[in-house]
Amino acid sequence: MYRYDKYDQAMVDTRVEEFRDQARRRIEGKLTDDQFKPLRLKNGLYLQLHAYMLRVAIPYGTLDSRQMRMLAEIARKYDRGYGHFTTRQNIQYNWIKLEEAADILADLASVEMHAIQTSGESIRNVSADQYAGAAADEIMDPRPWGEMMRQMTNFMPEFSYLPRKFKIAVIASDTDRAALRWHDGAVKIVKNAAGEIGFEVYAGGGMGRTPVISYKIRDFLPTDQLFSYFQAILRVWNRHARRDNIHKQRMKILVLELGEEEFRRQVEEEFEHFLTLAEDFPQAEYDRIAAYFAPPPFETGLSEEIDRSDPDFALWVDRQTVAHKAPGYAIVNISLKPVGGIPGDISAEQMDLVADLAERYSFDELRATHAQNLVLPHVRKADLYTVWQALDEAGLGAANLDLATDIIACPGLDYCSLANARSIPVAEKLSERLAPREAELGELKIKISGCINACGHHHAGHIGILGVDKKGSENYQLLLGGSGAEDASQAKITGPGFDEAGVIDAIEKATDVYLRERADGERFLDTYRRIGMEPFKEAIYA
Amino acid sequence: MLEVLRLRDDEPVDEPAVTLDAFLDQSNAASVRIEAGDDVRRLLPVIDRVRLVEIDFPKLRDGRGFSSARILREAGYTGEIKATGDVLVDLIFFMRRCGFDSFEPNKPFDPEDAQNALDRWPHVYQDAADGRVPIWKLRHGNQG
Repeated sequence: MYRYDKYDQAMVDTRVEEFRDQARRRIEGKLTDDQFKPLRLKNGLYLQLHAYMLRVAIPYGTLDSRQMRMLAEIARKYDRGYGHFTTRQNIQYNWIKLEEAADILADLASVEMHAIQTSGESIRNVSADQYAGAAADEIMDPRPWGEMMRQMTNFMPEFSYLPRKFKIAVIASDTDRAALRWHDGAVKIVKNAAGEIGFEVYAGGGMGRTPVISYKIRDFLPTDQLFSYFQAILRVWNRHARRDNIHKQRMKILVLELGEEEFRRQVEEEFEHFLTLAEDFPQAEYDRIAAYFAPPPFETGLSEEIDRSDPDFALWVDRQTVAHKAPGYAIVNISLKPVGGIPGDISAEQMDLVADLAERYSFDELRATHAQNLVLPHVRKADLYTVWQALDEAGLGAANLDLATDIIACPGLDYCSLANARSIPVAEKLSERLAPREAELGELKIKISGCINACGHHHAGHIGILGVDKKGSENYQLLLGGSGAEDASQAKITGPGFDEAGVIDAIEKATDVYLRERADGERFLDTYRRIGMEPFKEAIYA
Repeated sequence: MLEVLRLRDDEPVDEPAVTLDAFLDQSNAASVRIEAGDDVRRLLPVIDRVRLVEIDFPKLRDGRGFSSARILREAGYTGEIKATGDVLVDLIFFMRRCGFDSFEPNKPFDPEDAQNALDRWPHVYQDAADGRVPIWKLRHGNQG
């Protein structure tokens, strides 16, 4: 794992003091609320319905036990004893006082964490494949590039007041576990014919009210030109994006307006200019960072055997563990989706337990996933039973990865001032309804957003739910056929919306259609793609 | 309170700034005003006769002027670049990094807040237009 040196620590500490000063000036009335808003947002502090919310960055989804224990401590000390993992691999606290926000940031800085640029019109926390460094299918660990991008994009002076937010992701596998194509800017690490490492660059993706799957803007970018290329993308957007309508200022809109070719041409032109400035981070800096991500000292000669005599454990192994690159090890997914629970929520006590398990059984490493779950990336197969027992005892033993109850949901109208409808109760009830048949349904990714901002990724759900306000009451539109994976697609609305009970019934009917129509080996998404929307509509609106 | 914060030692240009179009049309002007939507690159062919560029920030959240200033410095312009409009002390460190060297905000700065903002950051992560040595260079032995 990366460790801050004196420079990184100085930057984060300075940011805390800057924010403390800004908060003081707000409290003293030297800053208006309008002036303070963009400043606090750049430190992850939102004003929600009932209180301030603080969003803490977990760069490229990686953290250690010390950091997880601090997250637990913050939950106890400043919040109500829990936190909420988000679709950006971050964690949010929902009951924060402005007067305490700087103290929380200082506590975070003491464990090399921050909330820098986790909201507002800024370059957001870099997200990444949660299996990085462990996945059997990656060509390299993408996290050194994630850390490099963190340092490239934190406090970029020219891009401090961008038209809108800008979300970045990095992966290094053909399997996309990070919703790469739904980001404003993203890189996939690839090898060219000569065996050199480089980046496929994607730009112009995003969800929100105008969902767009990104374009591949570059087939192969040499790694030593990454900073120049991102500066070029950002400058073209910063200079030419609309500024008259906040809903039309994401980069995807500029790409749509200019057209893919013209956007690419402008980026390439600006890129050539940036190369002449020689500002790119050198190989030596990459090497310095990469050294922190050296593989842990995996034991050799370990047994691949798993004692499956306990059927509950065997089921959990089948559903929650994934192939690891090192023999005798497994990647363990920890579900934060107990049946009927709030997706992504975790108590301080559970955080402490997960930290203990990471320290003891996973080389002190943890990951957060964009699907609002956690990962112990490096667990010996021989330890799986012990780990499972501990998780199960703490209420973290659900075996539902990528199944119907592994629902993504935003906080919705229970917390969020932007929401039009509640997401959490829908997730809870839907989870209870589908739990009895989730084994039969197989992979089924359900994603719920409480408004068109789409924090719950409904556009990318095999089944998506969008909460809207219909004449003062909560109404839910149903969408089918989306994907956030390497086969990215945008879900389509089935037709008229439903009330809460209605949308749950409609989804059950959609799953009936799937079970009736599916061919051998087909997932829900595959069947939908083969037979189209009509049979589902017929059943849902019958 | 500071009506104008100027970080240059030369004599201020005592001439009202004209619009970009007007500047390009008249050969005797030395100071020009860049609005947020103007393409500052149109100025580059005549940059030799510019002594003051005022770049306006119509609202706090409109960051186009940051790019405009940096483009001028990248082209070798060494005259004054003044930020005007909705400029808070919280922006001036980044503005300085992009090449601004004077500020005329709508609401005057508290001198102490302004100095704190300018002095706050001990290091920077990236190169920009101010010549500060980024952290990655410090790490690898280049002290600038």
